[in-house]
Amino acid sequence: MSQADETQTVDQDGVIESVSGPVVTAADLDARMNDVVYVGDEGLMGEVIEIEGNLTTIQVYEETSGVGPGEPVENTGEPLSVDLGPGMLDTIYDGVQRPLDELEEKMNSAFLDRGVDAPGIDVEKQWEFTPTVSEGDSVEPGDIIGEVPETASITHKVMVPPDFEGGEITSIEAGDFTVEEPVAELSSGEDVTMHQEWPVRQARPAAEKRTPTVPLQSGQRIQDGLFPIAKGGTAAIPGPFGSGKTVTQHQLAKWSDADIVVYVGCGERGNEMTEVIEDFPNLEDPMTGKPLMSRTCLIANTSNMPVAARESCIYTGITIAEYFRDMGYDVALMADSTSRWAEAMREISSRLEEMPGEEGYPAYLAAALSEFYERAGLFENVNGTEGSVTAIGAVSPPGGDFSEPVTQNTLRIVKTFWALDADLAERRHFPSINWNESYSLYRQQLDPWFVENVAEDWPEVRQWAIDVLDEEDELQEIVQLVGKDALPEDQQLTLEVARYLREAWLQQDAFHDVDTYCEPTKTYRMLQAIKTFNDEAFDALDAGVPVEEIQSVDAAPRLNRMGTADEWSEFIDELETNLAEQIRELY
Amino acid sequence: MKEYQTITEISGPLVFAEVDEPVGYDEIVEIETPQGETLRGQVLESSEGLVSIQVFEGTGGIDRNASVRFLGETMKMPVTEDLLGRVLDGSGRPIDGGPEIVPEERQDIVGAAINPYSREYPEEFIQTGVSSIDGMNTLVRGQKLPIFSGSGLPHNDLALQIARQATVPEEEGDEETEFAVIFGAMGITQEEANEFMDDFERTGALERSVVFMNLADDPAVERTVTPRLALTTAEYLAFEKDYHVLVILTDITNYCEALREIGAAREEVPGRRGYPGYMYTDLAQLYERAGRLKDRDGSVTQIPILTMPGDDDTHPIPDLTGYITEGQIVMDRDLHSQGIEPPVNVLPSLSRLMDDGIGEGLTRGDHGDVSDQMYAGYAEGEDLRDLVNIVGREALSERDNKFLDFADRFEAEFVEQGYDTNRTIEETLGIGWDLLSDLPKEELNRIDEEFIAEYYHEDEEAEAVQAD
Repeated sequence: MSQADETQTVDQDGVIESVSGPVVTAADLDARMNDVVYVGDEGLMGEVIEIEGNLTTIQVYEETSGVGPGEPVENTGEPLSVDLGPGMLDTIYDGVQRPLDELEEKMNSAFLDRGVDAPGIDVEKQWEFTPTVSEGDSVEPGDIIGEVPETASITHKVMVPPDFEGGEITSIEAGDFTVEEPVAELSSGEDVTMHQEWPVRQARPAAEKRTPTVPLQSGQRIQDGLFPIAKGGTAAIPGPFGSGKTVTQHQLAKWSDADIVVYVGCGERGNEMTEVIEDFPNLEDPMTGKPLMSRTCLIANTSNMPVAARESCIYTGITIAEYFRDMGYDVALMADSTSRWAEAMREISSRLEEMPGEEGYPAYLAAALSEFYERAGLFENVNGTEGSVTAIGAVSPPGGDFSEPVTQNTLRIVKTFWALDADLAERRHFPSINWNESYSLYRQQLDPWFVENVAEDWPEVRQWAIDVLDEEDELQEIVQLVGKDALPEDQQLTLEVARYLREAWLQQDAFHDVDTYCEPTKTYRMLQAIKTFNDEAFDALDAGVPVEEIQSVDAAPRLNRMGTADEWSEFIDELETNLAEQIRELY
Repeated sequence: MKEYQTITEISGPLVFAEVDEPVGYDEIVEIETPQGETLRGQVLESSEGLVSIQVFEGTGGIDRNASVRFLGETMKMPVTEDLLGRVLDGSGRPIDGGPEIVPEERQDIVGAAINPYSREYPEEFIQTGVSSIDGMNTLVRGQKLPIFSGSGLPHNDLALQIARQATVPEEEGDEETEFAVIFGAMGITQEEANEFMDDFERTGALERSVVFMNLADDPAVERTVTPRLALTTAEYLAFEKDYHVLVILTDITNYCEALREIGAAREEVPGRRGYPGYMYTDLAQLYERAGRLKDRDGSVTQIPILTMPGDDDTHPIPDLTGYITEGQIVMDRDLHSQGIEPPVNVLPSLSRLMDDGIGEGLTRGDHGDVSDQMYAGYAEGEDLRDLVNIVGREALSERDNKFLDFADRFEAEFVEQGYDTNRTIEETLGIGWDLLSDLPKEELNRIDEEFIAEYYHEDEEAEAVQAD
């Protein structure tokens, strides 16, 4: 049944030797590492992950029940690649870039069948191409030669593929083309189409990596206010289950001011991905007013999809992100969750009977993680534009224990750490980012931006908030022992101010129409209002007013309504005036 | 179909046999012992010339002369609507003395993953009649919401109460839609099984149930198949026959023990606490088989029950479960010993799909705010209890005392209801407002002001009306 002995070409077919879950070994297969192969009579997609003598080990991206020894293995001779071109936005892919809507149609079923392939971008759709260079111009690899209006909010830039030679343009024309039709011809004899392929495990080339100085505005108070991330930065969101990782990721995908969002659902819940598919088309981008989906590319590998595709989906996502970066866009990549990715590596590794490292994870875990996060950054692209990839990875530590290998290895690389806290989540303090444990190493380099664009005293006011929260943390230990009323009055007042910081400022309701998005100016003004209360209250205390009286002024609880108020600017102005008036009346 | 007498090794639940023709991974195998008994198993690993087989009923009685038959297909569940009302064993054979099952279809038990694009987001409120669930951790159709329990806690009573009372209120057309219940028992005792069966029979629920029984003394390996049979039946009834199906799986802990046993027998590299590294994937293949589909009327809602070893929710079984399921209902030993029924601790409990299943038009506009506020209030009261132990109640401020009272009443009136009380969502929220009305108005910072104006009541009179 095998033709293996008849042909001796490079792409020689092999024969399955053994099958164990997603790991298949094949004999007589002439393949290179990481080549994509089709396994068995049904042609299941797989990737070569080990070669030993005559035996090749393959991880299969689909369910392998019923596949047995003797079935053929066909080599494509190509590494695992993604299709890049117009049509990736507003689309949802599985872990190996098959569009899920197309799979539904092809399989004619709500369930994912096996052995069905679909190209990552629509090869029939015609796009309106407008050149930005003319005949006779000389172009180099990576250069932008034209534009295509891809979605309502994004103009797709057509680039000379990085692995081309480049040369003089001998022919280029505006018009409607499919992604396979050449839009330009080069003197080198190369034809440029709108379609490129790129191997996912290899970073796309860039000219230079720069230090990021502009924040990715998240629209979330605790993130913008206390722990900002830069465009081109890296962040980790670890937290036990139920602490709000996914909501935090969704909020960033919805409200951050990136041009493009690539959302990778890696080994997570099916219903959650459905929520994104249903919600995003109906949500507006606060910056452009266009549907959020038109700037979003979703990659969904739910927890019950084949484990090998889970391993690859992270790479699929970052490669797509890099491609948009090359066009000069700011891209934000959310990976939820990198732990599932690491576990997929572990599962494959243990089936290969590799020597395990810490907690059964492969010894190359740290290398794989750092390789991934290093593909983020602010880059000068080879075509001279500047673009960034911001990578935000959720981590799901077993038992919520941050000392486990995935969290620890991630923390060694990322510069922003948003630690989610089960305790806060239990009392429904959301986002449950713990302000004592979290950090951002970008604060210094982003401060100039905030000073220029939001408020001159931004760093000072933020420091004030941090100091109050720190002090509260210390005082709470005493309160636990002796009760609040045993504290001196000024400390009681500090606790009260800290309570407003937590409840009115750090807490933000993702499900409230107004509160879900908070621009940096509002974040600053809300903080200012609490500081006004603080300053007025301490003045009153110095003047001998008892702390109970200060606390019970009518205006104070209204601080809690700042986030949800419709006209926040007027609301806060009025509130500040009221606070000052009412407290001053006390003495 | 070829028959071999080539067994080379028998180890725990595994049998190794030599073959001269290729055998597919996951294929079903029949082994006939010299005594004439037929055992069934599944191919775990297939290589040229050698297969390893996991035997569901245990390898007792097999010797090297036993004959091995490969059936050339993966495990299938014969499904038909007539399964409703039937009791089957853990491998899907009838044990109720009823007639042979004539299948309409035979479906692969390793269900394919649902395309997320084809799913419909679950947002239909299920009224379980249990305040701590409806009010605080709302269940919706198509959700998977496990009960995290411990040994000796009344999780079965709660599961039964949900199965009995669950309805989707105010559906158009008929008054209430009843659920078809699929009950998958894995390694539970005969006594527990009787408890379930008696209740099903007493309430007449058996007619709309399919029961799969793998008891504590049934082979452990069979437990890895039982939930898949149950879920295949559930999917068939939901997505081809338009039933709303409630699947109760108990006890997932026994299922995971069986996985570990097989992993150990195969000499796999173990993960945390000896459980196999692929346990997350394996559990996901069960739990993810819940949901709704576009253009289909039916739904699969899952309530798996697991007992946390040592009441430890960081143990791999509850931990991995929590990462896959859409929340959890946590049973609490302290509340149980206080006599609170059901002893649900709402603080670590969670329903991830709650926010989309409640509110105006679904339950009531104030539902979300009330729930948030009660969470915050109860959490604060709980904190203060520690303090009271040190400094005494007198040392606390009036405000703190109110929160302490709130926490006490919350447990005694809101959570406590008994296993036979069926509360509507209106009643549940009414009790909620009674309790919240004991707190100072300005402390209700999670609730929209218009709802406070509508529902907050300061005098006793109004309370009496609400509680009615």
